[in-house]
Amino acid sequence: MSFFMEVLIAGLLAGVMYSLVALGFVLIFKASGVLNYAQGTMALFAALSFVSFVEMGINFWVALLLTAIIMVILAFVVERVVLRPLVNQPLITLFMATIGLSFFLEGFAQALWGSQVHRLELGISDDPIFIGDIMVSQFDIFAGVTAAAMVAGLAFFFSKTKMGRALRAVADDHQAALSIGIPLRHIWVLVWVVAGFVAIVAGLLWGSRLGVQFALSLIILKAFPVLILGGFESIPGAIVGGLIIGSSEKLAEVYLGPYVGGGIENFFPYMLALAFLLIRPYGLFGEVHIERV
Amino acid sequence: MSDQANIILSVNNIEVIYDHVILVLKGVSLEVPEGEIVALLGANGAGKSTTLKAISNLLKAERGDTTKGSIEFQGTRVEKLNPAELVKMGVVQVMEGRHCFEHLTIEENLLTGAYTRKGGRKVINESLEMVYEYFPRLKQRRGTMAGFTSGGEQQMAAIGRALMANPTMILLDEPSMGLAPMLVEEIFEIVKKLNEQEGVSVLLAEQNTNIALAYSNYGYIMENGRVVMDGSAKELGENEDVKEFYLGMSSEGRKSFRDAKHYKRRKRWL
Ligand SMILES: Nc1ncnc2c1ncn2[C@@H]1O[C@H](COP(=O)(O)OP(=O)(O)O)[C@@H](O)[C@H]1O
Ligand SMILES: [Mg+2]
Repeated sequence: MSFFMEVLIAGLLAGVMYSLVALGFVLIFKASGVLNYAQGTMALFAALSFVSFVEMGINFWVALLLTAIIMVILAFVVERVVLRPLVNQPLITLFMATIGLSFFLEGFAQALWGSQVHRLELGISDDPIFIGDIMVSQFDIFAGVTAAAMVAGLAFFFSKTKMGRALRAVADDHQAALSIGIPLRHIWVLVWVVAGFVAIVAGLLWGSRLGVQFALSLIILKAFPVLILGGFESIPGAIVGGLIIGSSEKLAEVYLGPYVGGGIENFFPYMLALAFLLIRPYGLFGEVHIERV
Repeated sequence: MSDQANIILSVNNIEVIYDHVILVLKGVSLEVPEGEIVALLGANGAGKSTTLKAISNLLKAERGDTTKGSIEFQGTRVEKLNPAELVKMGVVQVMEGRHCFEHLTIEENLLTGAYTRKGGRKVINESLEMVYEYFPRLKQRRGTMAGFTSGGEQQMAAIGRALMANPTMILLDEPSMGLAPMLVEEIFEIVKKLNEQEGVSVLLAEQNTNIALAYSNYGYIMENGRVVMDGSAKELGENEDVKEFYLGMSSEGRKSFRDAKHYKRRKRWL
């Protein structure tokens, strides 16, 4: 039983990392309907910038601040260069544009910071600790706590601040938002900034796990099953979806893996998502549109 | 409107085109005197909403464009401004079909209306209290998600939300749409009160000619993207053609002015 718990907890905590990527994605989708393929690359770009600053001998916190500034600049550039000229275009066009953005960012990162793999030390040991007789990775706990803090922060931002409310308003009905004087451009910049910050956290956690390397941008692919499960528009959905994917892939690997020769972990999430699509196409928490007549 | 008393809004011969090719307004002119309620009447598709959106500049978001004519608010040309700038100047549109933020509570809906306001929490709370005074129902429902409130409550929330921007002028698009007659009256009473007590000028687009004329000072009748008639609410209410075509006082049902041979179309805007 305690082995099952260990696998489950490891899975849940790994799932938190998926949630982080999915979260940035949900933010942008909610506010603008854009599927941002570049979310993973943004995480990579953030991690790479951070590591490079640290390797230059810059203090940890200063490096973090500089990375945040870079993500803010990126948000402004994306709004000006990608979103604004494509206003009123079909959403598929915007999706394609974010694929373009993803390639651009990857190339740009390479040109700027080089293409070697960097080690990223956040100073958290990956040694397991025991809680009762269950073994848990310290790093996973740290990741879980960080993600929880970020979600709490986002929840506060969305429900209690003027800008957060405006963001939700735009997500609900952008015409109505326009009609009361909320400029969509500000909102876009804002939401890309927030998604950029989420990307920093995701990038640093993933980067210190896997090393900061270009394959990091592919973690976006792990976000898709999470999104299908949780719903593309739901922040709680991104969290719960991540937890389900993380834990089920680990459990599947351990308990089903032996029967098929292992490696289930890599495709199980997609199978789960596919099966789920058939039952609840709008996801666990996806917004069922309120209809009243 | 012969007396030159403070015209707050004047629309001069505007032409509106959607998608670069669909000509919808073919030279519309109208005026709203300060502190009055002016009705824009006409059947579905006449161009009422388009006229309001041309004024508030929400047209751009629907790929519409004002290609000719001018719009002046308090003497300033406003056709090139964006909706946010207009809201800051004091012109707010309440869109047709209410458009509440469904997943926000009623109170959050109202608070978003204050997005452009300066002056901090105190000013905003005062406005909120004012809105709750005019719409006591909204106060009762303040914590409910707007999507789960009734159509009437949503209409009230939409008007209340516009009030939170502290407007001098409201462009009110079909507030009666889909509401029971009793509720429609309740809402019009509140609009009238707002107009009298807060001095808000109102340009009101309505298909419901009866109620619109009962609550407004002046009216314009639109057909096919043109103003075909205008006059004081009293004149229009007594006009035989209006009675026949818009107030349903004819046995033949609703017809177009085009069919009325004896009706002399006004050439004023041509
Ligand atoms: N976004 C749009 N694109 C193209 N045509 C439009 C658009 N909106 C309205 N129209 C057309 O413009 C005309 C006037 O519409 P509208 O202003 O909504 O009328 P009303 O509010 O009086 O019912 C209609 O023929 C309608 O089909
Ligand atoms: Mg209309």
